[in-house]
Amino acid sequence: MDLILDGILQALRLIMSFDSEVMAVTLLSLKISCSATLISLFIGIPAGTLLALAHFPGRRLVVSLVNTGMGLPPVVVGLFVTIFLWRNGPLGFLEILYTPAAMILAQAVIATPIVAGITIASIQNLPANLKLQVLALGATRVQMVWILVREARLPLLAAVMAGFGGVISEVGASIMVGGNIKGQTRVLTTATVMETGKGNFDVAIALSLILLLLAFGVNYILTVIQQRERPR
Amino acid sequence: MRSRKYIIGFIAALVMLAFTIPALAAPKTIILATTTSTQDSGLLDVLVPLFEKESGYQVKTISVGSGQAMKMGEKGEADVLLVHSPDAEKKFMADGFGVTRRLVMHNDFIILGPATDPAKIKGTTAADSLKRIAQAGALFASRGDNSGTHSKEKGLWKAAAVNPDGQKWYQQTGLGMGQTLNVAAEKKGYVLADRATYLALKKNLGLEILVEGDGKLLNVYHVIEINSVKWPKVNIPGGKAFADFMVSKKTQEIIGRFGVDKFGAPLFFPDAGKNPASLGL
Repeated sequence: MDLILDGILQALRLIMSFDSEVMAVTLLSLKISCSATLISLFIGIPAGTLLALAHFPGRRLVVSLVNTGMGLPPVVVGLFVTIFLWRNGPLGFLEILYTPAAMILAQAVIATPIVAGITIASIQNLPANLKLQVLALGATRVQMVWILVREARLPLLAAVMAGFGGVISEVGASIMVGGNIKGQTRVLTTATVMETGKGNFDVAIALSLILLLLAFGVNYILTVIQQRERPR
Repeated sequence: MRSRKYIIGFIAALVMLAFTIPALAAPKTIILATTTSTQDSGLLDVLVPLFEKESGYQVKTISVGSGQAMKMGEKGEADVLLVHSPDAEKKFMADGFGVTRRLVMHNDFIILGPATDPAKIKGTTAADSLKRIAQAGALFASRGDNSGTHSKEKGLWKAAAVNPDGQKWYQQTGLGMGQTLNVAAEKKGYVLADRATYLALKKNLGLEILVEGDGKLLNVYHVIEINSVKWPKVNIPGGKAFADFMVSKKTQEIIGRFGVDKFGAPLFFPDAGKNPASLGL
């Protein structure tokens, strides 16, 4: 119990004193995971909308694959992204392994199926004849899609939260493609693993608490937005 | 439509954060593949910033087991190695993966266990203690990750003429030194560890040093520059600069002093330029 108390006190001390290293690690976590979430939104929402509305052979298979991808293990993503980004790997010319860019890439791969999967579910949950009504009122196909996405915007915020939550908390991919390099690719989760390995449990607990606060903060903002416009 | 404004605002904030990501690839970087002990003991936290300031290179330290570090070297995915697995290193050099291999420092391995010492190994030799652990069937936590420590441990089992593989009392963690020490402490088992990591973690462990000082327990670190013949992308000057830095007089002095203020004794003993034979290699 002493250890947990020490950890909480240490966390407060680190937060209150604006410890420069902890601040840098926290900010980097936020930057990387926000960027990755953003990329996953740009890919996942259009792809999910398409899959929800289009009819083509093999659609069920693709949707199943996306749904499986929602549980993609971060270490598996980390392993493949690392192999692709190796200097002598297929994407080695990019020279981004062990940089924040590589971490964004890996996290975007993790978050995209999550966003796409929730998008499919949200769009399909809209009343079935909404699509017909909109078309009957003379909307073009593009306008129809836009209206459907707008109608689904509240559940789509859940996609943002799930995607962000998935990547801010993962460690497997970040440690493999980032390397936990001090001042460059050390984020909250990888720093927590390292401090645990060093036996600095109080610092590890402090970092964990900061991570939880961060995840809570972002989700709180998103939830406020989501709940503000509940259908009345 | 207020919520739309919020959503747009949120996305704008995300975009702004995304664009503040620093330059993607710094031009002068070297990849240092090393063991977990140099990182977990805190030595690299002292040396790497010094080197970066002196040389202008940016170091990407990847701390893995010595086995994995050498694999990275074989594939040209690292520029310089700092490792402690002498037999595997000799093979690495013989196979032409490295250019030069220089002695940097040493400390020693120790065999730790619970104070109750159920297998009665206190004060015995390394090989003898492992025999007793096997006979008693006492729990032994092994790294099991082809690291330098794991290679050393395999050599000791061989010397003890015991094959621990598949035995119920022999548990392979597959984790780094720090985490393996925690597993051993939690399960009240025996474990082989390098002294530097043990001293750094000692305060939370509750394991005791039971066997030490045996010549077989020497732990020697070498720095290896990677051969670029097969992998032209290897940063030769960068690797050489780091290796030269590690064996320089100034760095060696820092290594010799490292840990004295915190533990009352040095964690590593500088050896650069010494004849390997003087260490019994």
